[in-house]
Amino acid sequence: MAKRIDVSGLTAYYGAHRAIEDISMTVEPRSVTAFIGPSGCGKSTFLRTLNRMHEVTPGGRVEGKVLLDDEDLYGTGVDPVAVRRTIGMVFQRPNPFPTMSIFDNVAAGLRLNGSYKKSELNDVVEKSLKGANLWNEVKDRLNKPGSGLSGGQQQRLCIARAIAVEPQVLLMDEPCSALDPISTLAIEDLIGELKERFTIVIVTHNMQQAARVSDRTAFFNLSAVGQPGRLIEIDDTERIFSNPSVQATEDYISGRFG
Amino acid sequence: MDISTQNTEAPPPTPPRSTAVHKRTARGATRPGDRIFLGLSRGSGILLLVIMAAIAVFLTYRAALAISKDDANFLTAFEWNTNLEPPTFGIAVLAFGTVVSAIIAMALAVPVAVGIALFITHYAPRRLGGPIAYVIDLLAAVPSIVYGLWGAIVLVPHMTGLFGWLDHYFGWTGIFEWQGGAPRSMLTVGILLAIMILPIITNVSREVFRQAPQMHQEAALALGATRWEVIRMSVLPFGRSGVISASMLGLGRALGETMAVATVLSPTFDISASLLDPGGGTFAQNIASKFNEATTFGQDALIASGLVLFVITLLVNGAARMIINRRKEYSGANA
Repeated sequence: MAKRIDVSGLTAYYGAHRAIEDISMTVEPRSVTAFIGPSGCGKSTFLRTLNRMHEVTPGGRVEGKVLLDDEDLYGTGVDPVAVRRTIGMVFQRPNPFPTMSIFDNVAAGLRLNGSYKKSELNDVVEKSLKGANLWNEVKDRLNKPGSGLSGGQQQRLCIARAIAVEPQVLLMDEPCSALDPISTLAIEDLIGELKERFTIVIVTHNMQQAARVSDRTAFFNLSAVGQPGRLIEIDDTERIFSNPSVQATEDYISGRFG
Repeated sequence: MDISTQNTEAPPPTPPRSTAVHKRTARGATRPGDRIFLGLSRGSGILLLVIMAAIAVFLTYRAALAISKDDANFLTAFEWNTNLEPPTFGIAVLAFGTVVSAIIAMALAVPVAVGIALFITHYAPRRLGGPIAYVIDLLAAVPSIVYGLWGAIVLVPHMTGLFGWLDHYFGWTGIFEWQGGAPRSMLTVGILLAIMILPIITNVSREVFRQAPQMHQEAALALGATRWEVIRMSVLPFGRSGVISASMLGLGRALGETMAVATVLSPTFDISASLLDPGGGTFAQNIASKFNEATTFGQDALIASGLVLFVITLLVNGAARMIINRRKEYSGANA
């Protein structure tokens, strides 16, 4: 169900611009890894290289290796579409398909993967919505449009949509930054439950959130604007927030820069 | 509870703001520039309505003059003899020809236009997409008489091959039966109209597809959708109402096209089940070819036929509105 991610020597470009440089790390299965760092340091770019979404951006290009267990996601003959089917993603702004009902949103990924019987679809949709702690709120209006839900509900709908296809890894790109504190709490609780089934990587600007939800934390930084972002250190979250081994990490976490 | 209905009324009500403005107007505190602009815009609005009403009254009046003297049934008669005593004329052939040629044009143009628009916005590299879009813009600028000349000189002679093929394989349906007459038929007109309305449908669809939200395309991509699946899940649903509007613009042109049809068609006043038989006519073509030699009464009769075309256009537009509004809460507009 959950797989390990092994990144080595990963560099990503936007055209000629080098956005992140030489990143290596390991993400353990069934754990939550948080990426923190200042804006523009390449956290989101790095996250998007993990499911080959980076190359969708015009000029986007990647060098290096990303192993999912033992399979290189950037190996020759690997289909990026197949990669994205095993590595799900949740975005910063909730983005349920506005033309689809709640049910169809959750079923969207399954329908891509092949034909299912109506009863199978019903089961998976119910299970996924329950898994995203949304079932009780929407079970009476599965045929209403997903865009009619509140922001927090929409984000949980997107999580339900992502987990419906049973991915190996779940990537979350600042999933709470557009949400109010109560919805944020709901998502954080959900992350705690989901990590028992999935490998989770989350980008966040909220350091308390990183401290609350993650097992490991990676700190990214860039030496100057226009320079590529780098991984400064990755360690157990507790250690990063109490006694980091690099001074820059401590400065960032405690609010001191430079 | 019912958040969905609340959300569909997305634009928040503005009454407090407008009453504030009204209060200020009542106190006379508006600036001269505001007053002048208000007068100008209100004046143009009223002028537009007055002109529209005047045209409608004039057309209806003259049409009524003609229809009241018509000896045949105006809606069903298969002839157009306004100079006879009593005059007998009807629009059945024209309505049939107008609708059939427009349907052929839409059936051919809309899928191709949507395909070109998708190719430009989602498949072609930018270096290729730009020039293609430019060429299609140019096509829209070609005058219709030029299309008509091209149709009569180039297209018509080259249609015999297609007609023979259609007759051979699909002649049994009756729709594609060909007696070997000159290919100045409804099908040729439909094809020519399709070429003429292709640019406008393509351009409007292209703009709509270009605006399809990136975040929904990424949502589909992240689920493991192929490029076509991304288009099907996020781009087409988003662009649906826009494509319908674009098609309506094209349809309007196809229904009203005059010179190109008049140049290509060999008009007769009868209806043939086969699209390949020469003959038939359309409202606009009939008006163009008869208006110069028509008596005052003949002109009134032609105006009456124009009114029917107007009504058909209105009905088609109304139907399109209904289709667009039917699933409004599912449209991308409230995302």
